[in-house]
Amino acid sequence: MSFDQQTTKSAKLNKRLLLVLPMLLAFALGLFLYHGIGKDPNAMPSSLIGSQLPQFTGETLQAPVTSVTQADFLGQAALINVWATWCPTCRAEHAFLNHLRAEQGVRIFGVNYHDQRPAAQQWLQELGNPYVFSVFDPKGALGIELGVVGAPETYLIDAQGRIVDKLIGELNERTWPALQKQYLALMADDN
Amino acid sequence: MIAKRVLLGIVLMLTLTLLVPFNTYAAIENYKFPQAEMAPRFNDLTNVLRCPKCQNQSLADSDSIIAKDLRAQVQNLLIQGQTNEQIIQYMVQRYGDFILYDPAFNKSTLVLWLAPVGMLFIGLWVLWYFGRKTQIQATMLTPEEQAQLNRLLAQDERQGTDHD
Repeated sequence: MSFDQQTTKSAKLNKRLLLVLPMLLAFALGLFLYHGIGKDPNAMPSSLIGSQLPQFTGETLQAPVTSVTQADFLGQAALINVWATWCPTCRAEHAFLNHLRAEQGVRIFGVNYHDQRPAAQQWLQELGNPYVFSVFDPKGALGIELGVVGAPETYLIDAQGRIVDKLIGELNERTWPALQKQYLALMADDN
Repeated sequence: MIAKRVLLGIVLMLTLTLLVPFNTYAAIENYKFPQAEMAPRFNDLTNVLRCPKCQNQSLADSDSIIAKDLRAQVQNLLIQGQTNEQIIQYMVQRYGDFILYDPAFNKSTLVLWLAPVGMLFIGLWVLWYFGRKTQIQATMLTPEEQAQLNRLLAQDERQGTDHD
C-alpha cells in the first residue's frame, strides 16, 4: 500500500468518525433524557421500602380514643394512607379510597397528618370513613418515622408489617393498578 | 394656586406612605439549645440537609411543613446528645440519599460521580485521536511532492538565500 492510499484512507476514516461520533453522543444523550421523561421530579424513592414498619405509639383520631402501635396494622396486607383536611388532593382521592374499601375489601389505615381533630372527624362524617382507624398525628411524629414528605401518600404493607411499596400523590384508577398487582400477590401468598 | 398646592400635598403624602415598611408576618423560629456549641451545629446540619418536599431548598431555607418538622427533629436529636453523623444517618434512613446535598458514593450515584471524569477522558481521547492523525498526514508526502520539495530546497540552497 502506498503512502498516498494510506493518507486518503485515514482522512476518510477521520471524516466518518467526525460524523459518527457526535451522532453517537447525541443518541446516547437522547436515550438518557428519554429515560427521564414522565418522571415526577418531586418523587423521592423511599428508603424504607423493604423494611419493617417503624415502631410507634399513637392514638386514634376518633372516639373511643385508644392507644395504637405498629402491631395494630398487622395480620393482613393493607394500605396506610396519609391524609389531612388541608390537603386538596386528599379530598380528590377520598372517594376512591371509599370505593377500594367497599368494593374491593381493601384494608386501609389512615394517618391523619398535621391536622385538627374536630375538622378531621367532621371530614370523615361528611365524606365517609374508609379507614379501619386513623392515627392522629398532629405533629407529624409518625410522619417522620415513615419518611412522609407530604400528603397524600399511601404505603402498601404485607401481613407482617413490611413496607412493600409507596405511592406519593393521589391514589386513583390510574395509579392503583401498580399497587393492586402487588396487593393481590400478597393476598394470594397469605391464603 | 391653592388647589395645586393641595394636590401636590396629597401626592407627597401618598409617596411618603410608600416609605412605611409593610408588615411582614414571616415567622422567625427561635431554636434554643442547652449548650452553646449546638446552635452552630444546628445551622450546619440544616444547611447540608435538603428539604424532601422542595428539593431546591435546604432544611434551613424551606418553609414547608416537613422542613419545619425535620428542623424540630434535628433540634431534638442534638439535645438528646446525638452526633452530627448520627443525625445525618437518621435522616438518610428515613428519606434516603436524596436528603443529602452531598450525595454518598454508591451504586445509584455512580453515574453522577463518574460522569465528569468520563467526559474528561472522552475529551482527551478525541484531542489525542485527531491530533495524532493530522500530524501523520502532515509528514506524509507523495513521491512527486517529495521530489518537488527536494528540487525547491536545492534551488534555495543554490541561490544562497538566508532565511535565518
